[in-house]
Amino acid sequence: MNMNRLMTWASAGLAALVFAVSAQAQQPLKIGFGMSLTGPLAGNGKAALIAMQIWAEDVNAKGGILGRKVELVYYDDQTNPSTVPSIYNKLLDVDKVDLVVSGYGTNVIAPAMPIMMQRNMVFMSLFGLNVNSKFNYDRYFQIMPAGPEPAVGWSQGYFDIAMTLNPKPQTVALVGADAEYPALALEGARAHVKKLGLKVVYDKSYPPNTVDFSPIVRAIQATNPDIVFLASYPPDSAGMVRAVNEVGLKTRMFGGGLVGPQFASLRTQLGPLLNGIVNYESYTPEVAAKYPFLEQFLAKYQGRAVKEGVDPLGFYLPPYAYAMMQVLEQAIKATGSLDQAQLAEYMHKYEFDTYVGKVRFAKNGEWSAPRMLTVQYHGVVGNDLEQWMKAGHVTVLAPAAYATGTVQTPYQDSKK
Amino acid sequence: MEFPTALVLNAIVAGLLLGGFYAAVSVGISISFGMLDVVNIAHPAFIIVGSYIAYIVNARLGVDPILVSVVLSPLFFALGMLIYRVYYVCFERRGQEALRGLAFFFGILFITEVTLVLIFGVDYRLVETSYSSVTLRLGAIDFPLRLVVPFAVSIAMVVGIQVFLSRTFFGRAVLGVSQDQLALRLMAINPVRVKEFAFALSIATAGVAGAFLIVIQPVQPSVGREYIGLVFAVCVLGGLGSIWGTLLGAFILGLAESFTSTFFGPSWAPAVSFGILLAALAFRPSGLFGR
Repeated sequence: MNMNRLMTWASAGLAALVFAVSAQAQQPLKIGFGMSLTGPLAGNGKAALIAMQIWAEDVNAKGGILGRKVELVYYDDQTNPSTVPSIYNKLLDVDKVDLVVSGYGTNVIAPAMPIMMQRNMVFMSLFGLNVNSKFNYDRYFQIMPAGPEPAVGWSQGYFDIAMTLNPKPQTVALVGADAEYPALALEGARAHVKKLGLKVVYDKSYPPNTVDFSPIVRAIQATNPDIVFLASYPPDSAGMVRAVNEVGLKTRMFGGGLVGPQFASLRTQLGPLLNGIVNYESYTPEVAAKYPFLEQFLAKYQGRAVKEGVDPLGFYLPPYAYAMMQVLEQAIKATGSLDQAQLAEYMHKYEFDTYVGKVRFAKNGEWSAPRMLTVQYHGVVGNDLEQWMKAGHVTVLAPAAYATGTVQTPYQDSKK
Repeated sequence: MEFPTALVLNAIVAGLLLGGFYAAVSVGISISFGMLDVVNIAHPAFIIVGSYIAYIVNARLGVDPILVSVVLSPLFFALGMLIYRVYYVCFERRGQEALRGLAFFFGILFITEVTLVLIFGVDYRLVETSYSSVTLRLGAIDFPLRLVVPFAVSIAMVVGIQVFLSRTFFGRAVLGVSQDQLALRLMAINPVRVKEFAFALSIATAGVAGAFLIVIQPVQPSVGREYIGLVFAVCVLGGLGSIWGTLLGAFILGLAESFTSTFFGPSWAPAVSFGILLAALAFRPSGLFGR
């Protein structure tokens, strides 16, 4: 082989190597997840997806992460837990994603956990209640401000407020749907009840497809409880609230764990029926000053949500879905790596700056301190959405640092 | 366990009102499955379509959703005719209705759901009517109009269908097609046309039941699946093909659900309802009014 030919081959080899390296650098950073885009929780799932897409666009507009554009790879889990394992296996084995995050909610996070543990993946999850309590996985991290003991933290504000009533309540009714989230929320409520020494006069669950809730409310009323704690999903939240108003429930405090009043659809549908209910919220315009970056994000989100037929307010989940991705972004940038062990170590060690404020994780991957808002709805007139876009109909009762007023009781009077 | 009078009376009223709604949801299946042997598993999807149409018209024009559903029932009727015609040509005529026909209706169920998702999104929708939040009180008994109005229209619809089937020539032909198609042919009646008409009637009832549903509770595209078990249970309990049986079955399951929820805990309601179904079938395998 003469010298010229040798040089030609060497140059070609070098060029191929450079091309391969640059192609590797240009490959997108793939983040995979299943998301409920159809089924009962699709409203939340689609809202979360929009927030995550906005994050990806924001990141890519700034050049991506580690010099790579971000690509979201996702599949519809149909709000069906049985689809989740195959989705994550496909993401990891076929799509070869670099990182995974969860879909929305306890029901679809729990079935993904065994796969994450087998593969030693860092698993950021979105609004799953107490999922890691059974798995104790050290690379699990959760975006939901319910504190290190989520099941208990979820209803902490409700029971804290209840115990400020004078005289203190003596009896409590606990009721919720036969589903993963309500069961865990009720478990937490029972822990509070036991600790506070309240007498449980009603503790029952109902099938999620219940049509008429008035027999349940009458049975509760027959026990004459001082306070009523309800853990429910949107359709049964609406059914229970209607039944409570139809039957004329008399109690000092009603609410606690209703999923649904956080969204525009139920707010506009139920309107004044929400008055007097004490419930949880993750964000409300009354505390906008505490979340300085959210307004800009919400403006972007709300523009898209209307077009896609999902929650036009976006107060509940989208800011946290965006924050979940911000945590990953910060961890990758700080470690300069996609190594799962390094990422997990960093996430345990450091605090994160997100749109929902500073986030630090406890040892079990939950938030180190609870920050869920306990609120009471009041003064709602009519069913228009505009009244919910700005402050005025929500009093924040807890935590103390966010409080904007005190609870109005009894429930039947505070409805007016 | 105590049974205070007011609680018992309210449980009876709530059970009957719920039964009225269940009857509206199930009467279409009683016709298609009970009389025509067409396993229309997509029936709940048509109920949801009825809900969304009632929702749109109410949102745009402010017309009462139940009135909308009654006025637009000919549209559902026409849709039913079209679907049966496709089903007949593709499956029934070839004797492939058993398995492939079932798959056909499953396909319609999924396609309908996805179409609704694409058009309306996945948010929950509910129609707020002038009577939605009104409850009449007679002594200690509550009559929430949100359930009373659907109940009244449902009973009128079910009784109307029964009168039609038992008193008119075409109605008797529908009953005839469920018993002996050959005899019908010998009388120069085309059983396919009769079945087409009856199936269309069943889809028209689904449209009306959809309006009831969206008045009673929030609806999203896949919520119909939750009613598949219930509608078949009501029909089987009442006796396949019997409209009175369907009405009685709906009342029994409504009352069972209401009493169980009030006195023993709502989580037992499905077990009690299906326990009643099993017990009834053990003593009357063809259902309460079955032949």
